[in-house]
Amino acid sequence: MTVSFFILAALTIAGTVAAMSLRNLVHCILALTLGFAGLAALYLQLGAQFVGFTQILVYVGAVAILAMFAIMMTQRAGAVAQPASSSSRTRGWITGGMTAGAVFAVLAWAIHASAALPQTLPPQALPSQPDAGVRAIGNALMHGFVLPLEIMGLLLTAALIGAVLVAMQEKQEMP
Amino acid sequence: MSSLTSYLLVSALLFSIGLAGALTRRNAILVLIGIELMLNAANLNFLAFWRYGPNPAALTGVMFAIFSISIAAAEAAVGLGIILAAHRHFKTTDVNQMNALKG
Repeated sequence: MTVSFFILAALTIAGTVAAMSLRNLVHCILALTLGFAGLAALYLQLGAQFVGFTQILVYVGAVAILAMFAIMMTQRAGAVAQPASSSSRTRGWITGGMTAGAVFAVLAWAIHASAALPQTLPPQALPSQPDAGVRAIGNALMHGFVLPLEIMGLLLTAALIGAVLVAMQEKQEMP
Repeated sequence: MSSLTSYLLVSALLFSIGLAGALTRRNAILVLIGIELMLNAANLNFLAFWRYGPNPAALTGVMFAIFSISIAAAEAAVGLGIILAAHRHFKTTDVNQMNALKG
């Protein structure tokens, strides 16, 4: 429980809240990259270096840029969302916010009431920094997790072909 | 409050933010981003339980997180492809106006 954890958690939460609430879509994606970077720093603080850098590569580098491209291709530059009728809009925000708040309340209650979690962990009971270097991860991937790795390669290939097929320009119909 | 509890609380908050975004935003791309945030909350849970669990040397949580990130990347690519195809057809990305399955 350190100061850096609170700073990183606040950064992540602020970035994601801004990403979900700003009006300008480009600003949303920029705030989202901030949230993803904060999350990667949280992973690094947990001792998972490989996952942290993978998060930066995949989310900050690929997913956010992909979403930015999609927004640039579907919107006029700098456009903000068209305001719908304000009463239905407010009703939507209230309903969605209340649902999310209820889900968070249940989750927080479950975390605090759970008997399985150690509520007060003495400092010396913390497990020592486990070896999660790239060498250990590579050994695990090549020994115990070979089959999931192969299935993941198949899934990524199928997703690549599928995404290209779905987004491809439809052929002109013959008259 | 132990460290594990605070990580789980951050993760629950992240999940709720993603859920609120997916429920309230009207742009289909931002709905997809909300789903990505929920997946990221699950990843944070995997890593927190791995780090504070009884057997961190097994690397199971790290493997789960890596595979989950891969699946999320594939899902984002296919989802954005579908949104682009739907935008070409409906000329909008507002989920309230995409209300017909038949073109």
